[in-house]
Amino acid sequence: MVKNIKLIAVVFLVIVSFFILLKGLNKTNNYSPNLNSSNIDFNFKAKFLYSNEETTLYELINDKDFSLINIWASWCLPCRDEHPYLLNLNSLGKLNIIGINYKDSEVNAKKFIKELGNPYSKIVVDPSGVNSIELGAYGVPETILINNNSKTILKKYIGPLDDKKLAELKMIIKNEN
Amino acid sequence: MKIKILVLTIFYFIGSFNLSYAANSEKVDQISKNLRCLICQGQSVYDSQSDFALSMKILIQNKIDEGKNDEQIYDFLKSKYGEWIVYDPEINKNTVLLWVLPLILFVFGGILILRKVSIK
Repeated sequence: MVKNIKLIAVVFLVIVSFFILLKGLNKTNNYSPNLNSSNIDFNFKAKFLYSNEETTLYELINDKDFSLINIWASWCLPCRDEHPYLLNLNSLGKLNIIGINYKDSEVNAKKFIKELGNPYSKIVVDPSGVNSIELGAYGVPETILINNNSKTILKKYIGPLDDKKLAELKMIIKNEN
Repeated sequence: MKIKILVLTIFYFIGSFNLSYAANSEKVDQISKNLRCLICQGQSVYDSQSDFALSMKILIQNKIDEGKNDEQIYDFLKSKYGEWIVYDPEINKNTVLLWVLPLILFVFGGILILRKVSIK
C-alpha cells in the first residue's frame, strides 16, 4: 500500500511537471507589462533638441487628438527602418508625433533627421535615459500612442514599427474618432 | 616637508570625495540588486551594464537625492514596469501556488514519514 502511494505520487509529480514545462515552451520569454497598469507621469521634464528650453509632457501633447511618442536614436539601426513608417503616419495629419532622442549625441541626432526627414512635431532629448524609464520604456525603438483628451495609453509597441503595426495604428485612430 | 603636506592634503580630499561618493552609490547598489533587468533576463539591474540598467541606476540615484525611501522607489518602478521588476513576488492569484506549494509538499512529506514510522 505504501509502495503504491509512493508510485502514484511520483507519477503524479512527473505528469504535473511535464505539463508545466510543456506550457512554458509556448510562452515567450519577453516580458512586457500590462498596459492598463502602466500610467504616464505627465510632469516629465525634458529639453528640446533644437533649443535649450525645458518642457513637460503636458505641453508636448497639447494639440490634436492623438499623440505618438517615439523613442529613437541615431545609433539604433531598427530606428532607421521604422522612420518611413513615422513619415507615413505624419502625413495622415491626425497625429502629434513626439520624438524622444535616447542617449544620443546632438550632432548625430540632427544629422539623422536631416538625412531621413522629420516626422516629429517636437523632439526632446534624453541623454541619460532617465526620461524613458519614467515613461516605462525598455529602450529604442519604442512607440506609445496616447489619447490626448483622456490622457491614456491606447497602444504601446516595443521594437520597430512595421506594416502590421502601421495598419493597426491607423485602425485604432479611425475607431477612436 | 611642504610637498609632503601638499600630497597628504590632496590624498585626503580624494579620499573624502570617494567616501561621500561611495555612500550614495552603496544605496543604489542595494536597491538595484533587488531589481530585475527587464531586457537582459537572468541578471539584476546591479549586475547588468545594458543601457536600460545604467539609466535605471541613474534614476534610482535621482530618486534618492529627491529624498524618496526604498519603498517609494520600488513602488514607483512597479507602477511603471509591473510586479515583475522586483525579485520578491507578492502573494496574489498568480503567485499563490508558488507560496503554497512548499507548504503542501512539507505536509505531504510529513504524512509519508508518519505512515512509515507507524507501520514499523
